[in-house]
Amino acid sequence: MTTPGQTGTRPRVLLAAERVSRKFGAFTAVEDVTMHVGPGEVVGLLGANGAGKTTLIRMLLGLLATTVGEVELLGGRPDRDLRRRLGYVPQGLGLYRDLTVSENLAFTCNAYGTAPPQLPESLRPVVDRLVAQLPLGLQRQLAFLSALAHDPEVLVLDEPTSGVDALARAALWDTIHEQAEEGVGVLVTTHNMAEAEQCDRLLLMSAARLVAQGSEADIIGTTTAIAIRTNDWARAFAVLNEAGQPVMLAGRDVRVADADAGQVQAILTDAGMTADVTGVAATIEERMMVLARARQDP
Amino acid sequence: MTYAVRSASVRFGRTLALDDVTLVVEPGSVVAVVGGDGAGKTTLLRTLVGQLHLEQGEVDAPPREAIGYLPASAGSWLSLSVAQNMNFVGGIYGLTGDALASRRDELLDRAQLRPVIDRLSSELSGGMRRKLGFSMAMVHDPPLLVLDEPSTGIDPVSRVDLWRLVSEAASAGAAVVMSTTYLDEAERAASLLALDEGRTLASGTLADVFASFSGAITQTATPQRRTWAWRRGREYHEYWPATAEVPVGAVVVTPDLEDVIITLSMLRRHDLAPAT
Repeated sequence: MTTPGQTGTRPRVLLAAERVSRKFGAFTAVEDVTMHVGPGEVVGLLGANGAGKTTLIRMLLGLLATTVGEVELLGGRPDRDLRRRLGYVPQGLGLYRDLTVSENLAFTCNAYGTAPPQLPESLRPVVDRLVAQLPLGLQRQLAFLSALAHDPEVLVLDEPTSGVDALARAALWDTIHEQAEEGVGVLVTTHNMAEAEQCDRLLLMSAARLVAQGSEADIIGTTTAIAIRTNDWARAFAVLNEAGQPVMLAGRDVRVADADAGQVQAILTDAGMTADVTGVAATIEERMMVLARARQDP
Repeated sequence: MTYAVRSASVRFGRTLALDDVTLVVEPGSVVAVVGGDGAGKTTLLRTLVGQLHLEQGEVDAPPREAIGYLPASAGSWLSLSVAQNMNFVGGIYGLTGDALASRRDELLDRAQLRPVIDRLSSELSGGMRRKLGFSMAMVHDPPLLVLDEPSTGIDPVSRVDLWRLVSEAASAGAAVVMSTTYLDEAERAASLLALDEGRTLASGTLADVFASFSGAITQTATPQRRTWAWRRGREYHEYWPATAEVPVGAVVVTPDLEDVIITLSMLRRHDLAPAT
């Protein structure tokens, strides 16, 4: 096993964008983004739909030209030869649904000129089944196996765990971390903010720009939330919602992101309610919601 | 009125899709049914809305017209506009004229869909389409709202919006049951039912679920029993049954819902595995 950062002939940066922008007509999908993924790193790319994640990924892979700026894949401009050293699992998995498990593997391995990998125990009983007939968790495992068969140096995973149960999710993250420990650089998108903890580093995109990066705390930044505990959560929720506060429910607690504790207390007092109102750290979702609201009414 | 599916078993051919599962939904609260693909979530919800018959067990549900149901599929007609979808469903429930228009506009305002009222459903983003499906399920103000994976595959901001709509319905008194693959949504609900391959893994309030968990979870860089360990970032969490000695010096952590559900899934599948 190689140690991250000491990977012999591998370039030190596997994926990079330097002040990259992309326009579609008058619409700017990605604006002035600089980022990189190094060997052995698991980097999470977060953002709402339309934030520019997919456009950025397509440029990094060389599937879409930049309008401004440079991208680098494995130390060069992305082309077919460099893409051979990349493993990519798209959101739609990229499997042939009307081929069997073994046919899918044979096809992919043939394209890359590698021997088919050994099947994990979970896929052995279904080796001759059509992919379309497999549960989603097994389809995801197969997509991973196909993407990893040619020992890629960099992995790009779009929503790798969407729709599967906690155990299958844990198994997929095991695979991702094993790859990183072998020196592979991983760029992963997810809509499940609980998975942020699985990443070494996070990037947050909003409205085409990279707005925050670093740890979970860096992503949340100075955004705060108010937690409200009452003996009548339904009424507290209704009252605050009516007052136009961005209110959310967490169990029997009501939360309001990016709000003023005094103002929240005043709204509740005016409605004749007593409540325990405390300031707490925001979640990543709340930070994203605050960004989205700032776009709607600047 | 409390709605429920009690001790339900459903069989599809030789497959036992649900095995003795109980789901109770109280008015004014949200119950989350959590599990992955194939866990039995859709099957359970379909028994509640009367689309599937039980092999065993019983269903306490209101008549069909008192249920709002958002299926896991699109939930709206793709070739109709937002307004046409709402008008059509409103018409089915006998709403016409001003009553229909005012109910439609109220729901679309809440879902922030008024600006796209003339857009075809096929041209909406995934998140907007789920919010439209939700609004259609709510058109007749049903006392029981059954939502099948309203949030799967949509982005976090749309998920927050949807969760707000769901909370609004519950705070107005509806009994709400929603299925999800996200554990954080189960944590936010008043109670949860975790399913794995048609069997109940855990149920009750979050406190009930934690109280029923026995054993210890340790955090380590080098797990001693790899089959009982899973990644949490660069480290592992490892499960130790109550009957086992936790190794001296091990870092014991307070389990979260993810740890509990993973452990219960491992234990259930381990019990099923042939003895070696």
